[in-house]
Order: sequence, then structure tokens, then C-alpha cells
Amino acid sequence: MGASSIIRHSAWICWKDLTEFSRSKLRLVMLILMPLFMMVMVGFIFPSGGSISDQPVAISMQDVEQSVTNPLTGNTTTYWMGDTFVTQLEAINNETGMMTLSTSPGFDDIKAQIQDGKLSGGIIIPGNFTSDILAGRQGAITVITDQSNPQVSQMMQAVLSKTIEAMGTYFARMNVNRTYGVDFNSTVAVIQPYSVQFQGIMPGEPNYFQFVAPGIIGMTVMMSLMTGLPHAISYEKDIGTLDGMLVAPINRLSIILGKVLAQTARGLIQAAIVITLAILLFGVTIQGNILLVVGIILLSVFSFVGLGILITSFTEKEETATMVMMTLMFPMMFLSGVFFPIQQMPWYMQDVAHALPLTYATTALRKVMVLGAGISSIWIEATVLFAFGVVFLAIAVPMFKKAMSR
Amino acid sequence: MSKSAIVTNSLSKKFGNFTAVDQISFDVKEGEIFGFLGPNGAGKSTTIRMLCTLSRPSGGSATIAGFDIVRQDSEVRKHIGLVSEKMIMYNELTARENLKLFGRLYDIPKDELNRRIDEILSLVHMEKWADKQIGTYSTGMKQRINVIRAMVNKPNILFLDEPTLGLDPQSTSEIREVIRKINVENRTTMILTTHMMVEADLLCNRIGIIDHGKIVALDTPANLKKMASGTDVAIHEFDIPNLNNAMISAIKAVGGVSSIVQESETRIKVRSGGDSFDSILDTVRKCGGKVKEVKSLEPTLEDVFLRITGREVRDSVSDTVKINHQGGPRHGPMGGGGGSKRGR
Repeated sequence: MGASSIIRHSAWICWKDLTEFSRSKLRLVMLILMPLFMMVMVGFIFPSGGSISDQPVAISMQDVEQSVTNPLTGNTTTYWMGDTFVTQLEAINNETGMMTLSTSPGFDDIKAQIQDGKLSGGIIIPGNFTSDILAGRQGAITVITDQSNPQVSQMMQAVLSKTIEAMGTYFARMNVNRTYGVDFNSTVAVIQPYSVQFQGIMPGEPNYFQFVAPGIIGMTVMMSLMTGLPHAISYEKDIGTLDGMLVAPINRLSIILGKVLAQTARGLIQAAIVITLAILLFGVTIQGNILLVVGIILLSVFSFVGLGILITSFTEKEETATMVMMTLMFPMMFLSGVFFPIQQMPWYMQDVAHALPLTYATTALRKVMVLGAGISSIWIEATVLFAFGVVFLAIAVPMFKKAMSR
Repeated sequence: MSKSAIVTNSLSKKFGNFTAVDQISFDVKEGEIFGFLGPNGAGKSTTIRMLCTLSRPSGGSATIAGFDIVRQDSEVRKHIGLVSEKMIMYNELTARENLKLFGRLYDIPKDELNRRIDEILSLVHMEKWADKQIGTYSTGMKQRINVIRAMVNKPNILFLDEPTLGLDPQSTSEIREVIRKINVENRTTMILTTHMMVEADLLCNRIGIIDHGKIVALDTPANLKKMASGTDVAIHEFDIPNLNNAMISAIKAVGGVSSIVQESETRIKVRSGGDSFDSILDTVRKCGGKVKEVKSLEPTLEDVFLRITGREVRDSVSDTVKINHQGGPRHGPMGGGGGSKRGR
């Protein structure tokens, strides 16, 4: 009853599980569909930069022209700041295509149209806009947004601040040109001597799939062990076949090891499917070493095994196992930075996230896959994952042995 | 036949406050078929599970082939086979693959295992089906594989927990035939649980009647039946076409009548002291009953159970009646009734 017989017996149990699995067409189809579905779903429902476009926005122009006569020269200049604003706004919108602009008489009309769902927002340029600016006061613009859609208000804020900035630049350039006689085309360097450009450390446009693919790989592996393992064992317990293995002269560990091997194989196949789909369909690139990715996946398997066995030991029936798994899985899925970065969460939730192994698996996978990191950059995550595995296994294995001889 | 394959000593199992098995002591001799007879919930399966090392006893001890079921559980496992009430097989695997899997868990070398598999498949005439998935089998075929699966490691001791439960009459008799064959050919000791009197009577050398976790009687079927009949007890079956409840109550009141079981709309079975037969007939006539037929019956194991526990086996479980009749009507051609000693 040495280690070799444990491994031999577990290999047979693993063979049995995989044979069973490979003969069930439905399960095979689900194996491929599940990650595909996940990728498509999270990839498309979560907002990315380019996802907002053609939002209907109305402009209510109440501003009027103002003529100013220069007392020194006697020249009369006509200013219509509101029109300049709209021109700049249209210019920016032509580039981004975020809004479809229309006109509206005023606040009440915009409000009614937003309620009807015809508008996402409105911009009101008040009647004293130009005169306020000319008198040295700040011009005020009212922005009305559809509060049921927080994305729109964010988008409008971004567009408007760009517009205001463009307007400010425009007037500043005019003034510089007029006051100092600098050639208009060179004025920009006077007002904005600095400019900032954003660049990632890796080539290519950042996209959400790039972010979410490592998370989904981590999640898939977690699911195959945390749901697959308890399910596989409690199911056999329910239909009575587990007794056949328990009554055989094999170490109890062979049973759990066999199941773990089979579930790991399943998890790796699914991870491979996720990676393939991500590369082929969603343009994700793996920057780091693929072997390192596989290594992290295996380490994640190790960190989840104990938890899976622990759930198995605690739950008598398949039904309760499923309930316990669901209760544990959902928080882990959403708190571990699979779908959005944990840095976005409040600090106390970040603390919770740091207590979950999936967080480390996801972070490590992301570092390697997106940032091309090497072993030296992920050793903390790797160590934590390993520690999770050791601790959970140390608790789970005796629990399992006890649970199997009730 | 004298060495003991199984010895139990005050073996008990408690689930919380509930005592499922209450200090039972018995021994099973090598080569014997020992029957555990009792209604569902009597503690039969729990006893089997403890002996198979699947469940830890709360008290007492037991040895299987000389090995303690708790301290030497892995030794015990090498010597036993289990045919559980729930079939231990995987539907997506073929019969051969199922047998191979379990054979491998017993570390049987490949060539020997293949030979062994062919051997046990032919025992139940399933060679032709060996490479088809179990899921495509009928229940009877599945159960045949289920039985031989437990034989893959040539166990000295085979546990059979309700081996014919839910099978049609033909499969039931096939399975019983296989059980007998295995016992004779391999001298395999067997413990069989059943709630079917006929089955216990047909197959077992000795029967332990278990009720509420206690063995209430343990003897050969013949002796048990003798115990039920005694000298002063007679069992008569009356066929009264115009039987009614008033009549039954009247018969119950007759001195010496110890029990009445209504078998069908017109038939009742009455146990009574030897000399009360006349009084019963008188009572029936007084109530206007026309007796079409009276049969004097020898006691069956059912009567034994009734006598010992004071109730019908099937009273406790309504759904077993159907299976019982399917499996072989108690006084029909399969029956162990009528006192004719069948089986071995």
C-alpha cells in the first residue's frame, strides 16, 4: 500500500472518470460551450472605451451674439461664444462619434425627451453665456443626463471637458496671436508647451478581453475543482458506486487523487479552450511564456484542491454540495478580480479579495499573459497559492478520510 | 463448514439517538449462505455496511475471515465482495470496462484479470453483451453484472444486500440461480439480506430474523418454521366468497385465534390453537359466511416472522407487497410456502 499503488489506483479511477466523461456528448459540448459563452458574455456586456456611440444628445442654444466696440480703434467685433462652443463640440464629436446632436428649445423639452427614452442627455447654453464671458465672469453651461445610465454622464463629462479645453485653447491662441503677433499656427506651443501621451508597456491596444481572459482561465480551473470535485464524489455517493471503491482494498487517497486528476485534466482542457478562443476570436495575445501560464494554472489547481475536498467532506448529498459550492463560488468569482480589477473595490473588499486564492491566480496569470512578466515578478502570488494549497490540504485530507468511514 | 467466516460480538450502530443495530452477535460459517431477514429499516443494511468496513460500528466488534473490521479494515477488504442494493456500476462504461476497473483496484494482474472477466461473464451468460455500455442493459442484465462485479476478486465472503429487489420474476430466479452457483462452485460464504421470506427460505442455510436492530431468531429455515407451527398451532386458509369485516371481527373473537391475515377479498389466513378449527367454522356459518375452501397450511417464514415479532413483514412497508408477489407468490410455484423445503 505504498505511494505507487495509490498512484496506480488513482490513475485507474481517473481513467474511469475521463472515459465516462468522454462518452457523454452533452458534457463534451458543455466543456467547450461554457468557456466560449463566458468569454462572449463578459466580453460584450462590460463597457469598453468604444462601446458608447451615437448617444442622442440635444443642444439648447439660448445664447445670443454680443457686439463689442473697441474704444481705441473704434472697430466693432461680434462675439458668439455659444456658437464657438458648439463648433468645437461638433468637431470633437465628429472624431469620436459618441453623440448624435440635435437641437431643443430648453430644459423642459430635454427632460421630457429623456423620460421618453428619446434622449440620453442635453446641453443648455444659457442666454447670458457670451455676455458673462465678455464681462470677465465664468460662462455656465448646464448638462442634463439620463441618471439611469451612468455611462452617459461619464461620457458627456469627458466630451465636455475636452470641448471646454479646446475652446479655452482656441481663445488663448487668438489672444496670443493678437497681443504678441505670434503666427497663429505656432501659438499652440506657447499655450501648451507640454503634452502627455499614453503608452502601455506592451504593444497593442488594451482591450477588455485581454484583461478578462486570464481571469476566466483562473475561474474555470477553480470551478472544475470546486464544483467538479465535490459533484463527482457526492454524485457517486448518491448513486452508490462510491461504495464499490470504498470496499476495495485501496487507500482512500487514491479515490480523491483519481478524481482530482480527472478534474484537473478537465480544467486544463477548458483553460486551453479559453486561451484558444481568446487568441482566435478575441484577438488576445499572450505576452509571457506559455509554459509559465501552464505552471500557474497547475499551481492554482493545487491551491483549490484542498478546498474542493473540504467541501466534499462536509456535504453528504449532491444537492447540498451544489448549494455550498454556489454560495462559495459567486463571491469568489466577483471578488477575485476576474471581471474587474480589485483596485476598483473599497479597501475592506480588497482585504477580502486578498484572502481568496483565485485573486492570486488571476493576478499571476494576468501579469504573465498581459504584461509578459517572468517568474521573478510572480513569485509572491505563486508562494501564496502554494501556501493556500498546503493549508487547505492539511485540513481537508483528514476530514475526507473521516467522512469516508461514517 | 465448521470454521467461522464472520463473527460478530455485540455489534451496534447508533445514528444520534437512534439505534439502528442493537448489540447483535452471530457467526457465519465458511461456505454458508446466511440470510438476514427483516422489514426495511430493521438494520440489515446497516449491519452489512459495518461488516463491509463502509460504516464504523458504534460498539461491539466483528471479524471477517479472522480480521477485525475496524483495526484491520484493509485486510478485510481483500476478502470481501459487495453486491449493494444500489448497483455499483458506471452506465457509460461497458460491462468489461466496469469489471476491469474494479479488478485493477484489487491489483489483479492483467492476464489473470482478463481470464477472470471472461469466466464470470460466462457464469451469467453475458459474454455477448460484454462490450456494450451498461446504460443500454435491462435491469435484469444490469443486476447480473452487478453480482459478478463483486466476484471479480474471488472474495471468500460475498455480501448481497437485497440482490433481487425490483427485478421481474424471471430475472429474480436467474439471480438466485447465480447466487447458488457461486456458493456451490467457489464455496463462497454469503450473507444475504432480504425482506422476502421466499428468498430467504430458498437460498439460505440459516436465517437471522432481525427487527428493530435486534436478532430475534436465528436458525435453519426448517427449524424456524417448526418453531412457528409448534404442536398446538394450526394455520388455515379460508376462501369465503361473501367475506366481510363483521365476519373477520367475529373470527378474531374466537378463543384460541392468535392472528388473522386477509390475503385477498375472499381469503383469510387464520392462526389458531389446534382445537379451535371447529369454533371458527361455526362462527363463519353463524355470520352467514359460505366457506368455499379450507386449506391447512404449513407455516412459512412469514408466519415465523409474525409469530416472533407480532406483525406482518409487509405491514411495515406497503410497496414491498407488490415486489413480493412478483418475485414469487408465497404459495405459488416459486414459493417457499407450504413447508416444502426447497433450495439446498
